[in-house]
Amino acid sequence: MAARRCLGLWFFLITLCVVSTGADVLHTTPVTGTESSAAGTETVVARELPEAPSDPGEHTAAEPTREGEQNDRTRGGEQTLGQPTREEEQEQEKTREGEQTPAQPTREEEEEEEEQEQTRGEEEFTREEEEEELTREEEELTTEEEELTREEEEQTREEEELTTEEEELTTEEEELTREEEEQTREEEEEQQTTAQQEEQTKRWEATELEEEHVHDAAVPPLAGDPPAADPPSPPPSKDDFQEELVIRPLHSGDIYASFQFRTVWDADFMGDQKVSHYRLFPKSLGQVITKFSVRELHISFTQGYWRTMQWGQPYLPSPPGAELWVWFQDTVTDVDGTWKELTNVLSGIFCASLNFIDSTNTVQPSASFKPLGIGNVTDHSFLRYATLPREIVCTENLTPWKKLLPCGSKAGLSVLLKSEKLFHSTFHSQAVHVRPVCQDPQCRTTSMELRQTLNVVFDLHTSGQGKREWSLFKMFSRTLTEACPLASSSKVYVDVTDNPQGEQFELSPATPLLTQAVVLGDRRTYSVYDLTQQASFGSSRSLNMLLRWKNSHNNVVPPVMLRPLLHSERYVAGYGLQAGEIHTLIYNHHPYRAFPVLLLSAVPWYLRLYIHTLTVSSKGKDNRPSYIHYQPSKDRERPHLLEMLLQLPPNSVTEVTVEFERALLKWTEYTPDPNHGFYVGSSVISALVPSVVAMDTNSTLDRPLFSSFFPCKEEASYFMRVYTEPLLVNLPTPDFSMPYNVICLTCTVVAVGYGSLYNLLTRTFQVDEPSPGLAKRIANVIRRFRGVPLL
Amino acid sequence: MATAEVERKRGQLAALSIAVVVVLVGVPLWWRTTETYRAWLPVNQINELAELQLQLSVDVEVVFSRGTLMPEQQKKVPFTRTQEEAQKVDDDTTLRYRYESKYRTANIMEEDALKQPTAAEADLSLHTLSASPCGSVVVYVIPETSVLLPQGVDVYIGHRRTAVLRMGAPMSVGKNHKQLLAHLEPRITQVVQVMSFSHTDITAALSDRVRLSPGSKESLADSMRSFKSSPGYEITFSLLNPDPKSHRLDWDIEGAVHSYIQPLLTKLAPLANFSIDSQILYYAMLGVNPRFDSSLEAYTLNADSLAHVINPVEARLGSNAASSNPVLNFLLYVPDAHHSPLYIHDHQKQPVASNAFHSPRWGGIMVYNVNDLYGRGETPLPVNININMEKVMGVFLAQLRLMLGVQSSPAPPGFLVEPCGGAGLADWELDRLMWSRTVENVATATTTITSLAQLLDQIGNIVINDNIASQVSSTVTSLQLAVAELEAGNLGFALQYSKEAILASERAFFDPSLLHLLYFPDDQKFAIYIPLFLPMCVPILLSLIKIASEARQRRKLKQSKKD
Repeated sequence: MAARRCLGLWFFLITLCVVSTGADVLHTTPVTGTESSAAGTETVVARELPEAPSDPGEHTAAEPTREGEQNDRTRGGEQTLGQPTREEEQEQEKTREGEQTPAQPTREEEEEEEEQEQTRGEEEFTREEEEEELTREEEELTTEEEELTREEEEQTREEEELTTEEEELTTEEEELTREEEEQTREEEEEQQTTAQQEEQTKRWEATELEEEHVHDAAVPPLAGDPPAADPPSPPPSKDDFQEELVIRPLHSGDIYASFQFRTVWDADFMGDQKVSHYRLFPKSLGQVITKFSVRELHISFTQGYWRTMQWGQPYLPSPPGAELWVWFQDTVTDVDGTWKELTNVLSGIFCASLNFIDSTNTVQPSASFKPLGIGNVTDHSFLRYATLPREIVCTENLTPWKKLLPCGSKAGLSVLLKSEKLFHSTFHSQAVHVRPVCQDPQCRTTSMELRQTLNVVFDLHTSGQGKREWSLFKMFSRTLTEACPLASSSKVYVDVTDNPQGEQFELSPATPLLTQAVVLGDRRTYSVYDLTQQASFGSSRSLNMLLRWKNSHNNVVPPVMLRPLLHSERYVAGYGLQAGEIHTLIYNHHPYRAFPVLLLSAVPWYLRLYIHTLTVSSKGKDNRPSYIHYQPSKDRERPHLLEMLLQLPPNSVTEVTVEFERALLKWTEYTPDPNHGFYVGSSVISALVPSVVAMDTNSTLDRPLFSSFFPCKEEASYFMRVYTEPLLVNLPTPDFSMPYNVICLTCTVVAVGYGSLYNLLTRTFQVDEPSPGLAKRIANVIRRFRGVPLL
Repeated sequence: MATAEVERKRGQLAALSIAVVVVLVGVPLWWRTTETYRAWLPVNQINELAELQLQLSVDVEVVFSRGTLMPEQQKKVPFTRTQEEAQKVDDDTTLRYRYESKYRTANIMEEDALKQPTAAEADLSLHTLSASPCGSVVVYVIPETSVLLPQGVDVYIGHRRTAVLRMGAPMSVGKNHKQLLAHLEPRITQVVQVMSFSHTDITAALSDRVRLSPGSKESLADSMRSFKSSPGYEITFSLLNPDPKSHRLDWDIEGAVHSYIQPLLTKLAPLANFSIDSQILYYAMLGVNPRFDSSLEAYTLNADSLAHVINPVEARLGSNAASSNPVLNFLLYVPDAHHSPLYIHDHQKQPVASNAFHSPRWGGIMVYNVNDLYGRGETPLPVNININMEKVMGVFLAQLRLMLGVQSSPAPPGFLVEPCGGAGLADWELDRLMWSRTVENVATATTTITSLAQLLDQIGNIVINDNIASQVSSTVTSLQLAVAELEAGNLGFALQYSKEAILASERAFFDPSLLHLLYFPDDQKFAIYIPLFLPMCVPILLSLIKIASEARQRRKLKQSKKD
């Protein structure tokens, strides 16, 4: 299996070699003649160049872009190109074997590098940490073993055996992957000598945000940026507010609108000094953070399920219902008590039923939810994660969410947030993320970041009346008239990647500004409307963007959407009300790269998981997870927590199944509508997906908000989170008049038994003349009739 | 026949024994398994507390300076003298005031201090000589001829717990000591009433417990203005900017709070915990449209419409998520350029000098006009405006004093009260506040705990857990201690205990476990019991009746035989 993967990678490199020569010509076409932009490029390169050769991943990562661009940015072309023919494969194998031996000596270098990475506090999925966690996990398991009941003990033992075996396997794998990487390095070093010059332009491309005036090429690239529009205010403001709306036409004809509002405040919430004077940051949230010593807080409310296969990846994923995860500061002593209070307070702030979060649906994930802000916390005892899949999201949650915005719903992009339209949609998700971030690239000082996001998908048929024609007014029943005066940047982006020459749809009013951003491992092109510029509103003083498809009447099928690299499905199998099976399918659609994913599922205690039935298979073969963390449930106390690290082979489906038994609840524990079923929250799949283009690792750089949420630690891959469907499981449900019936029945039985006993004890018995039988009496009657003496 | 008789006897015995088993085992078992858990509560002590008899004791030290007493008077004046006064407020509340006066003559240093040129300086040097304990009052009696006090002023009250009293004119003529004391005593009482408590203060503090006879509208408004006693307060300053497009406001709230509000709150620290927050709200509008007054070329808000101002703003203010203490709101409203300047008019249609108003037990609002700070129209919008915090904080500080109940009732004629200085609060003002707050706490805690006891007594289905019982008993002990400390005159401790009492009583009263009412309607109970009890009890009862009637018959038979 590993060999095949190597082969795939190998082939990939070769195709890159072939393609790379012609690529930069194509790339520079949009910028032709702009002298100043070229100058800008060089300065950037000069700054970043020294670092460049040390990173093994970047070359491989950067190159596919060109390939993609050559193929007019459609992946379909790339895929056909990517399919290796049989002969080629064999050839490559030969060359690979030839080159494998000279690659060995570089191993030491590789390890050094890894050490460096570790000191930098790199991403959780690097091999070193994985091993660490493995050993730590084993320790935990052994301690847990003692506490467990006999049955569970057996399970864990099995599991332990499993993990030790896994370890061996992973080390093998690791070696193999190392070899792969070395090969790529070799390959790259060869290329580097020839392709130094191209490299530079390519790197510039990776940092994105080059704003190009398509019509007016003489204007220097960054002139349209908002800071110029801001009148210089005398005191350096300590807080900053940005707002942004991204509109992405989806291939299904639906439209996706994503709002992001970001407030950054240089206040030190972690210090001893109490923060109490608020300007742009909402006071209610700030008080909560201060009181409960929260380091990071992520909360989302979602109505509807994001259809990854139809819509692609969302900018910010969220599971249906409510999700809350919080990292506490390490000064908190009673984490569970603080968590309980916090959920109650948040429930009040957001008018949601977060107060139903208790120990039975709270878990402490060991690896899946690392802090998204700065701070390399590894002790997951300060983390709490809970979902409420049952939560219905509606207006009463939107109003308090809007109240947190400095401009409320009075000005800026937030005027579009009218609940009558927002909730008349297929998918609605709103979230609040609070985390500490770096102020400068050196990360000398930190500041608190509050991101409020709202994602909504309008349906082609219900909201759009079946016409592929969208406008702001049609979506939100409002138009934009001004930016929020408090915002330092206020922009609307429209994704026009699939529409480079305007052949798909027409966007009016046309905007001269275009920008490129690397988001979710793909380079996208956006039209930008800067609301701080008066020119954006035109003569009508209001902005009502209109997207009209050209082929709206004739049903010409739009180009095939890129298949998302990673997606998943989950369902319950089995019949009857006793046992069942949870199936989780994870799809890796990458044609030639395998990558690891972390799967987390928290299952309520009333589904008793049989962990010994856990099977993981991909392509019909057993796929041993390299890391398993399982915390068995306790009835009415805590849920099951199952986390594992899986390696997904390229272009495969990995199936995780586990059997369970349904428990009988106490009659007060049933919900008011027990026959509806019981929800099991979404599983979470966190992955570092290999990127097609080089990701930008500098988090402090000014980037569009939608592309800068998940911190990116290496250029070759990007972080992604996928939520599966929540499950609805039927539990054996009694007839609820049963208790009364049972009482009555038992009482009657007791009474009857008691009555006969009582009779036996108290009655007096007398010997009685037995009366003659019926036959005898009849005989006597006949005898009397005949005059014969009676019997 | 004999065997039949034996059988019948056996049957009777069996029926009797079953009845006995049912009564001895079945009934207690049923009783025990269906009863609700109710922890023991100190009901007797609570009932005692329901009849509240408060005694407030003040230590008054009367110091005679040289020249006020004749030598023979000096010998005869008693060292201590106690004066009591009882007031019955209502059927189960009685108040007793006890003034324990100590008489002595001034020592040399005090004489020196009293020779200072002004009363303020004398006050300061007297304070450095001896710091009197919390709740006590020292009255220095100076001769009629002294120049320490200006003409026409008989009593001077400074920043501390001392007062200077001028000996009245008729007493300079020597008479016996009884007349002297009879002359001094009402005046000293008057001083003490200003400096520690008066009967009206205390009855106002008891308003939670005692329904007062409706007085005048003004006095009712006065009594309802200040916040209820609470262990903590949240003070929130909000800057309302209705138009961030045309002006960008900056206020140095941190500095202002530090220099103006914090000293007062430090002084009030023994009373309650205070926390201060501030926020800026954008696009926050008033609820009413101000009217344009062409004669003034300004917009005006009438006193009648002020009531409608707060509601729409309050929705934006947000409650404090992190605590449940009462919030004091102070809003600074900067009207936008099109509605500026904006003035508040009182009932007489006269502009209010401070351009601010307050709402009882809620907070204050101030309108801050900035139209003169706009340029001549050529400056680009938004205009940056720095707010003059001194002007704002002066108003807010006055409102805060009102809200917290630091109100100085107008001094009687002839009294000179030194205006409060940098700390914003004189020692005796704090004492006054502490007296009324202590009484208020005690009154509130007793009513809470008695009503809780009543409730628990009336509804037998409520489960009383051990933690509630412990809260109740700690309330009772703290209350008893507070009352005792009040009697002893230790104001500081009394306040401390009364705070503990109020906290514990609130916790017991609002405990969520009291809501879990085990309540089953009677018809359902019968529906469940009848299938069991009816078939079981009917045979027992019938056989008992039969046995009884047989026994009666037998007795009758025996009697007839005897006859």
